[in-house]
Amino acid sequence: MRENLSVAFQGLWNHKLRSVLTMLGIIIGIASIITIVSTIRGTSEQIKANLVGAGTNGVSVRLYQKNNPYDLTWNPPPDGVKPVTEDTRQELSRLDHVESVSLFHSREWCNGIYAGDHGFNGSLLGVDAHYLDTAGYALLYGRGFSEADFAKSKKVCLLDAAAVTALFGGDFPLGCTVEILEQPFTVIGVVNPVSKTEPDISSLSDYYTYYSSGGGTVFVPGSTWPILYRFDEPETVLLTADHTDNMTRVGQEAAQLLTATQITGGDGSFSYRAIDLMEQAEQIQQLSRSTNSQLIWIASISLLVGGIGVMNIMLVTVTERTAEIGLKKALGARKKRILYQFLTEAAVLTSCGGVLGVVSGVVMARLISAVMGTPTAVSMGAALIALAFSTVIGVVFGLIPAVKASNLNPIEALKRD
Amino acid sequence: MLLEMHDICKSFPLGDGYIEILKHIDLSVEEGEYLAIMGPSGSGKTTLMNLIGCLDVPTSGSYYFCGQDIAGASDDALADIRNSSIGFVFQNYQLLPTMTALDNVALPLLYADVDRTERRERARAALERMGLGERVEHRPNQLSGGQCQRVAIARAMINKPKLLLADEPTGALDTASGAQIMDLFEELNAAGTTVVLITHDPNVAARAGHTRHILDGRLVEEDAL
Repeated sequence: MRENLSVAFQGLWNHKLRSVLTMLGIIIGIASIITIVSTIRGTSEQIKANLVGAGTNGVSVRLYQKNNPYDLTWNPPPDGVKPVTEDTRQELSRLDHVESVSLFHSREWCNGIYAGDHGFNGSLLGVDAHYLDTAGYALLYGRGFSEADFAKSKKVCLLDAAAVTALFGGDFPLGCTVEILEQPFTVIGVVNPVSKTEPDISSLSDYYTYYSSGGGTVFVPGSTWPILYRFDEPETVLLTADHTDNMTRVGQEAAQLLTATQITGGDGSFSYRAIDLMEQAEQIQQLSRSTNSQLIWIASISLLVGGIGVMNIMLVTVTERTAEIGLKKALGARKKRILYQFLTEAAVLTSCGGVLGVVSGVVMARLISAVMGTPTAVSMGAALIALAFSTVIGVVFGLIPAVKASNLNPIEALKRD
Repeated sequence: MLLEMHDICKSFPLGDGYIEILKHIDLSVEEGEYLAIMGPSGSGKTTLMNLIGCLDVPTSGSYYFCGQDIAGASDDALADIRNSSIGFVFQNYQLLPTMTALDNVALPLLYADVDRTERRERARAALERMGLGERVEHRPNQLSGGQCQRVAIARAMINKPKLLLADEPTGALDTASGAQIMDLFEELNAAGTTVVLITHDPNVAARAGHTRHILDGRLVEEDAL
């Protein structure tokens, strides 16, 4: 074995140019796969980090009709679905791993909100007393909603920074009036998300339900919602889990409970479902994985071509070295020994190609990440698999030439020169 | 009896038919013998040597080497016999150009599964006996023809074979080197190794204990020439 290896490396070294050219297919194939895998992993990790880092482990459970969220902007509150009561909220908060529960009404891309001449089309949320804590908002200045605001359905509102910019152009808004669907609301405070890491994922439209950084958000007491819309709209429930890993579980349990208690009739097409960020992150990751697995297949073709190149060169080598093979057999080398020698040479050739491929793949991934600004994460596992795979290619494609060599007749071989 | 051939024929496919190279050969060699086989080119002496050296099997007839039936042996069995019992010396040395003299000499030991340290020790000792102690790390292209042939003889003798089989061993050498090689063969034979020499040179054949002639694939007596 040791002899075979040293002979193989010597052979590689003696034919440097030929070896590199032979390995090129393998190098390119392995390098592309490493690059692709690193990029996928990088993107995935980023998505996860953003969602988990930016979030407060929040899971929202909302009403679905069949497989789509039920949009109250265009549709009336459905029959057979009760508004969520305080009792139900408390029941939810007693579920395992739940830290806090909040109920809120919402409208996306809301029209009809003005301050003087300035319009606004961000989100309008009708929230309960728990919302700001649960969703991770902190008061920047002014005051939050008081008991009295809820009890007496006072027309007061809170704005986030984007809403302040949209409605007041950055002027100090406290005490000013915002017109919401022709009702005057007094601005009592400005809030900001506690988490400083601003997510940069734009494809998650649901993400903006909680952190609509685009148009901003206006908050009003939930008790004023019937003034603006209808009294019997079912709320969306926002829960926070005690740990990121429990988000999915909390969401599912809450959705089950709500479906069981809130939906009393109707045509059976309604249900409550959890939208949790982890799940969505995984969906995005899966999407990018499946796109990229196609790329990996394409890169594998390069490996196949590389393998055939190796076979070709090994066949040439066998012919070139007929005399050597013949002599070795004359001196008493058994068939297997010759077979292993050539298999080792092919495997060494492709493994070297694999090593060079992994190195250039890592360099390429780094380069892409530097130029395009996308993250990459090189996976040790992928590198090892690529290396193992390149060795296997050598053995597989080296087999035919090696068998040919081992079957050479020593007389024929000695006669050649 | 070291080797015993009886009624050996060897034919090769040629076009649609066969060409018979060796015809009904009977040959036996005693242990310790020094035999020269002479014949012009095309007489079949190389084919005979291949058969004697277990590089090939006869088309018909029986061949026993050290009591072992060669005619029906497998490739690997033949390889083992060649490795343990036969040392080859070729006209063109047949040394591997990428290996040092030492590695060339040690090669048969590798196939006999001797470990690396012992291989190198034995190969070095063998080269020293051939007067090449200074040249162990040289490659064949750094050695003269006579030196190359002595490396080849060291390699042939490394496994202490019963039979030393030489095919025109002096063919590529000048007279002085050739004479040296012939002296070596005599020494080895005197030490107990059976030597079979194939040549077309009467001066070389004259050094052997006795001589057989081959002509058109048949062994013939000298007076028939």
